[in-house]
Amino acid sequence: MSATGIGASVRRKEDHRFITGQGRYTDDINRPGQAHAYFLRSPHAHATIKSIDFKAAAGMPGILGVYTGDDLAADKVGGLICGWMIHNKDGSPMRAGAHPALAQGKVRYVGDHVCVIVAETLAQARDASEAIVVDYDVLTAVVDTASAAGAKTVVHAEAPDNTVFNWHLGNKDETEAAFKAAKHVTRLDIVNNRLVPNAMEPRAAVGDYDDGDGVFTLYTTSQNPHVARLVLSAFIGIAPENKLRVVAPDVGGGFGSKIFIYAEETVCVWAAKKVGRPVKWNSDRTEAFLSDAHGRDHVTHAELATDADGKITGLRVKTTANLGAYLSTFSSSVPTYLYAPLLSGSYDIPAIYAEVDAVYTNTAPVDAYRGAGRPEATFVVERLIEVAARQLGRDPAKFRMQNYIKKFPHQTPVIMMYDAGNYGAALKKALEIIDYKGIGKRKRDSARNGKLRGIGFSSYIEACGIAPSAAVGSLGAGVGLWESAEVRVNPVGTVEVLTGSHSHGQGHETTFAQLVSDKLGIPIENVSIIHGDTDKVQMGMGTYGSRSGAVGMSAIFKAVDKVIAKGKKVAAYVLEADEADIDFADGHFSVKGTDRKLDFGSCALQAYVAHKFNGQDLEPGLKEGAFYDPTNFTFPAGVHICEVEIDPATGVTKIERWAAVDDFGNVINPMIVEGQVHGGIAQGVGQALLEGAKYNSDGQLVTASFMDYCMPRADDLPSFEVGMTVTACPSNPLGIKGCGEAGAIAAPPAVINAITDALGHEDIAMPATPQAVWRAAQKSITRMAAE
Amino acid sequence: MYAFTYHRPASSRQAAGLLAKKEDAKILAGGHTLLPTMKQRLAAPTALIDLGACGDLKGIVRKGRTVVIGAMSTHAEVAESAIVQEAIPGLAYLASHIGDPHVRHRGTIGGSVANNDPAADYPAALLALGATIVTNKRKLVADDFFTGLYETALEEGEIITKVVFPIVSRAGYAKFRNPASRYALVGVFVAKRGSDIRVAVTGAGEGGVFRWPEAEAALKARFAPKSLDGLKHPAKGINGDMHADPEYRAHLIGVMTKQAVAQATGK
Amino acid sequence: MATVSMTVNGKAVTASIDPRTLLVQYLRENLRLTGTHVGCDTSQCGACVVHIDGKAAKACTVLAVSLEGASVMTIEGLAMNGTLHPMQEAFREHHGLQCGFCTPGMIMSAVDIVNRRGHALDEKTIREDLDGNICRCTGYHNIVKAVAAGAEAMAGQSMDRKEPPRQAAE
Repeated sequence: MSATGIGASVRRKEDHRFITGQGRYTDDINRPGQAHAYFLRSPHAHATIKSIDFKAAAGMPGILGVYTGDDLAADKVGGLICGWMIHNKDGSPMRAGAHPALAQGKVRYVGDHVCVIVAETLAQARDASEAIVVDYDVLTAVVDTASAAGAKTVVHAEAPDNTVFNWHLGNKDETEAAFKAAKHVTRLDIVNNRLVPNAMEPRAAVGDYDDGDGVFTLYTTSQNPHVARLVLSAFIGIAPENKLRVVAPDVGGGFGSKIFIYAEETVCVWAAKKVGRPVKWNSDRTEAFLSDAHGRDHVTHAELATDADGKITGLRVKTTANLGAYLSTFSSSVPTYLYAPLLSGSYDIPAIYAEVDAVYTNTAPVDAYRGAGRPEATFVVERLIEVAARQLGRDPAKFRMQNYIKKFPHQTPVIMMYDAGNYGAALKKALEIIDYKGIGKRKRDSARNGKLRGIGFSSYIEACGIAPSAAVGSLGAGVGLWESAEVRVNPVGTVEVLTGSHSHGQGHETTFAQLVSDKLGIPIENVSIIHGDTDKVQMGMGTYGSRSGAVGMSAIFKAVDKVIAKGKKVAAYVLEADEADIDFADGHFSVKGTDRKLDFGSCALQAYVAHKFNGQDLEPGLKEGAFYDPTNFTFPAGVHICEVEIDPATGVTKIERWAAVDDFGNVINPMIVEGQVHGGIAQGVGQALLEGAKYNSDGQLVTASFMDYCMPRADDLPSFEVGMTVTACPSNPLGIKGCGEAGAIAAPPAVINAITDALGHEDIAMPATPQAVWRAAQKSITRMAAE
Repeated sequence: MYAFTYHRPASSRQAAGLLAKKEDAKILAGGHTLLPTMKQRLAAPTALIDLGACGDLKGIVRKGRTVVIGAMSTHAEVAESAIVQEAIPGLAYLASHIGDPHVRHRGTIGGSVANNDPAADYPAALLALGATIVTNKRKLVADDFFTGLYETALEEGEIITKVVFPIVSRAGYAKFRNPASRYALVGVFVAKRGSDIRVAVTGAGEGGVFRWPEAEAALKARFAPKSLDGLKHPAKGINGDMHADPEYRAHLIGVMTKQAVAQATGK
Repeated sequence: MATVSMTVNGKAVTASIDPRTLLVQYLRENLRLTGTHVGCDTSQCGACVVHIDGKAAKACTVLAVSLEGASVMTIEGLAMNGTLHPMQEAFREHHGLQCGFCTPGMIMSAVDIVNRRGHALDEKTIREDLDGNICRCTGYHNIVKAVAAGAEAMAGQSMDRKEPPRQAAE
């Protein structure tokens, strides 16, 4: 392994600009003559708009335009879309209401977009917004996930019982039989709390229109600029794709929330032509809380069946998923195909049946947030397993070991074909790291100090590297989920790699360069990674679902292989040998069995000068592209163990230790991969202990700022002990699986399993705040006193 | 923010003059409450009178059996002051735990006291220590100063110039932070001066900072955490919100009081 | 409009500005120093932290007009003559950043911690003193390592790399 090759913890190439304040985020972009947009948002969760009077506002200083949904409709600007069709149990399509970028007659959540004001300055736009009089007929709001279906209040007429779909997966009859035959059944009611993604960079957009050639440009905070262009072009109808450029420059974190195509960027790019000026919008944090797509929000009843030997024989789940007021871009896929197929966990479960009802409510749209469906599934499975072990009097580690899948490939009853893994190895390693043998003594030590100590496991699996296009197409996806790459070799052998993946913190500029440098045997400095601009990069699918390694890099791998193949042809001419006799290694083309060789840079030059071959026999140049379509999902898995100490006097839960052992297959840059694990765990701990978006019964978001929504801070978290095991992924050429979401998937059940272990009962929900834990600890103390 | 005119007087006297002249004027001290409120357009003063250049509002001195802290002293200055650390370490400790380091560099004691946020730390110290608030017009004892949520005895045109703290024999502060905002969910300051024991609670009261007489009485017998065993603050009159309902907050008052006494007694 | 003169990253700047201009707006919009970021509107996230007269402050909660005569340092002013500040180096070396958005504020806060607490920082101190800075990417693990390493490295830097001395409290 070279110092910069595959497997090395290369320091990041992109860091220099970030640590010197030279990152270029969307809000750092200022176009000449730029105007500013401010969105007037609904203060009501549910209301009919009787009228919008903006006459006074339109005449205020600096106002360039005030636009409503009628203006968008008049210009034939279409509504926002949901790109994944889910079918009901009876085969009928899901019931979706329209999603206009600016309200048309009705608002459906607090923060919904009523109209936009474009002005010379943001302050002027905001001043004018206060002069707009909206006459609302306020309606009752439906807010609660569990009771939305069939509520009197109807969010969309298209879904008269507020149910978007009722969907199922698995084998109902076999599952029912398994439960009938079960020796023991473990039952749990679970709420998976609603979260706000809160990337530190708020969303932003700058729309620009060049009247000379009729081209729109949109600078935006996107994880997938090509998908944004496709949707804005083909569905919303802003402009044909060749007349619409989308640029996603440096993006300050996404976690899913920047996958989606929102109202604000749609309106900005449209308004740029309308006012004849570039139009900028930058979300403030309050707007982000109100209108970024939220995550999670499931209510679930789950049951696990075991036989007399403690073997798991069946699992059944009934989930209600809150999708908010409108269907966001990929919202329908999250509680369905990104959720239920993961319900087998790491375990050999012969019968599984899941039912999912998705509901509309008068709350912000809910869509993918780090993990997207898989954290919800993992929480169900790992809580059930832990509780089952406790009820059966089994050691939770041994109970897991007994039920692990041990032979691969393994077909689960819920679509997935796990291709490779070694769950027992990860468990063993994690037990060593956490010193599981010493837990009894540590618990006794804590008890002597009046504290409660507990240990919790999470043996997660996830499916990422999403996914074979034909497969997702058959499940309702509106797009293919391949990735593209282009490798442009310059005449002296430096390389530009254009990738459809997008980096918003993942370090692609380094990791991808490592791969190319390693494969071509050239210095890493000679490789540049280009992404995020539809004018530069051909159609690509972007970054989400931990797919940039397994899918994005596989495309690069394939393109580099083509470059090498072409190079061999060039080298054969230059070295006057048969192409079949040309080898490529360590940056040199050589003739087998001889000392004749040609370095990569020289070969590139020969390809471009084309002096040694006939241009009719071989095309000049050295540039290759590839599209890589995965043949399967990838299946990262691992074991996280969390150890907590609770102060029953205050309810404060302190995470004392965290052991994470993950199997991501082959790893390109361990430093970056570990960083992804740390960040994921922090978000998972946030969900378990701190974070929860709460609406009151009127549909007002009561956690609409960092004053009330509890973000994890440095002193909320411990340092993590991270280990790895490796079983290479057989389905892609690099053998890699994906690491971006693992921590967020693994962490929540580990924390709650540790807390419930400490408490001695299962009665605690997420987030396990000090107040909730204090109350739960009172119950523990009362019980202990009774015993 | 809405537009306003900006004034930067060189003394509290000049500031008072401006304040009297300008309608809808507000005093700007450290700005860490006022500016966020103005950013959200929840306050709309037409004029801001910045006390930042008023040299007479700065400085921390020891005067006999008191410590006198200029109103524009930042939390960091109080926390790091050798005078405060030596004379009333509990007060220095409290100042070192207000907000975060950046807030402590800008926020001021005068601003905090005048604002009387029910979750602010300083009101507990002033009340428990029996401090005197000196304004450009008069002197007010803490017991009379804090009158309700965000309400004080300050009158129109009145500017806090300094706070005078008696030096006590023992003082301690314990705070349970709101997990999100990091303000005090419950903060308790205890002080012992001779046989006079005062316990002041911030963050918890429906009417803002208050004293807890039962705890004071219990500590009179013996100033030790054990003296508080079995003593519970009732939930009546205590704040409730999504982070802590009245019952939990009331419970935390007991826990924090014990911790504050432990700190004060070095145990 | 009001006129204000201050020093930003060692350069004297004077401007006529609307009094409601926050320091962060002045830096980003007037001076085009876009390294200082805005991540919230409640003075909590710390993405906007700069040094005012040598002390860390949230540029979103300071009026630019109030800084007459002050010395402001932003992330852009930290590297000297093309050489990175040891804290910047430490963040890169220890992978203390991912998306980079909170990073300028983190680094300015980290330097401030060292200014206040010296060069030997334990994990607990660092975590407590990062109270005013939120990061959503790193889980803080590597930031904590970077701050400790950067603090040590700062001990070895020459005097001329240090910031102007802090003004004594009057």
